[in-house]
Amino acid sequence: MLRIACPWCGARDETEFGYGGEAHVALPADAAQLSDAAWAEYLFMRSNPKGRHRERWVHTHGCRRWFNVVRDTTTERIFAVYLAGSPPAQLPDEPA
Amino acid sequence: MLAIIAAPAAGSIDLNRYSIFALARNALSRHENWPRAWRSPEPRRSYDVVIVGGGGHGLATAYYLAREHGIRNVAVLERGLIGLGNSGRNTTIVRSNYLWDASAHLYEHSLRLWEQLAGTLNFNVMFSQRGVLNLAHNPHDLRELARRVNANRLNGIDSEIVSTAQVKRLAPALDCDPRARYPVLGASLQRRGGTARHDALVWGYARAADAAGVDIIQNCEVTAIRQKDRRVVGVETTRGVIDASKVGVVVAGHASVLAAMAEIRLPIESHPLQALVSEPIKPVLDTVVMSNAVHVYVSQSDKGELVVGAGIDPYTSYSQRGSFPVIEATVSALVALFPSFGRLKLMRQWAGIVDVCPDASPIISKTPVRGLYFNCGWGTGGFKATPGSGHVFAHTIARDEPHPLATPFALERFTTGALVDEHGAAAVAH
Repeated sequence: MLRIACPWCGARDETEFGYGGEAHVALPADAAQLSDAAWAEYLFMRSNPKGRHRERWVHTHGCRRWFNVVRDTTTERIFAVYLAGSPPAQLPDEPA
Repeated sequence: MLAIIAAPAAGSIDLNRYSIFALARNALSRHENWPRAWRSPEPRRSYDVVIVGGGGHGLATAYYLAREHGIRNVAVLERGLIGLGNSGRNTTIVRSNYLWDASAHLYEHSLRLWEQLAGTLNFNVMFSQRGVLNLAHNPHDLRELARRVNANRLNGIDSEIVSTAQVKRLAPALDCDPRARYPVLGASLQRRGGTARHDALVWGYARAADAAGVDIIQNCEVTAIRQKDRRVVGVETTRGVIDASKVGVVVAGHASVLAAMAEIRLPIESHPLQALVSEPIKPVLDTVVMSNAVHVYVSQSDKGELVVGAGIDPYTSYSQRGSFPVIEATVSALVALFPSFGRLKLMRQWAGIVDVCPDASPIISKTPVRGLYFNCGWGTGGFKATPGSGHVFAHTIARDEPHPLATPFALERFTTGALVDEHGAAAVAH
């Protein structure tokens, strides 16, 4: 059971949350002009790292707001929680 | 391990062949002198083909490369010990009743190989065609099942709709009361489906591949894929560099990690898929019962344990543990379907890491790197496909062109949009 610290509501059990997959997959500005390959990249391709993953969560059974989390996919440890729309969180031990 | 298959062919005496005579001969020495089922060779400096991943799919690929394509200078590299990944973590269900033509053909190809497999491999894989039921709990479920059954029959796959009364006869422990939380309105039944022994599948392919000349190299983790001008030239491993002009990657749970070594991005996310086993009890369920709506599937092993499968954990993970809320949902659904199972203790729980594609279909494909092939993304249902997967992947590697059955499952489908959408259509649970 994960304990996730919602930026607005505080730490709650994972059952209150919905998972939104990889964060920072931005809709291309010129979507109508995209090649099929670029569209496939946006729609389907994911980094799926073994290690730290920047991902989206929504507090479905709480404030219903979206936010981002840095979680290690091998240990389930959560390193940081940060607001949706902000740039990828940089952890102290990571190269800028 | 008993492996009694057939007597040796007349005139031939192969001391390594498993048979009733071998069993009797070894009984005289208290079964202490059985030969090892496969060698543990040192890796050579180069091979014609390197298969990365010593699960069922990888070993099957190597076996068919050697037996059907005459490519015997093959190594299977396994990070740990063979069969300890998803090959040993699944719920052993075999069926082929998929909705879409591409999937139906591929899984039916696999099922037909299953039906001959014990003889082919001279190894008892304990394939038991005890039938697979998919329950309908509401009128929409029934219509969906009818659609799939009709599609199956058009593809020549045995499949039928059975009534509530027939379900009750097939699985008496199931709560078929109309007032039940999940009333049973009927089910689809594939009589040729069933279960098999997952370890035996791995061991059988390993032994047969080894006998055909394949080197199975355990405790050998691939750390890099070597390429030159976008053409593969070998791999770097924890046991040294191995040259190969063809590399097939079959690493359920780690496809994205291996792809990243070759600068390839995949449409895959890795999730834990949990399973549970009860204490052993006397025979209570001699078929496989699956329910899409409540997402649980259960069968009884030969040891008497109930083998229960869940849906995937919602978030990506490589941890092979899984989260408790998923167990809670699975067990509550199981107990609603089979009230008497509420008295049982669960003995073990585990998770395997499954690589899920957006369309819940696998990728069997060439890649932008010449000589590098990927077989991955089997999601929650790879076990049943093991023989067919290995068979078509071996063809794809040997001929450098997709097997006709594998063509729809190429990586290009995510660019063309020709997805094989088996989410839900194929009965969600596997």
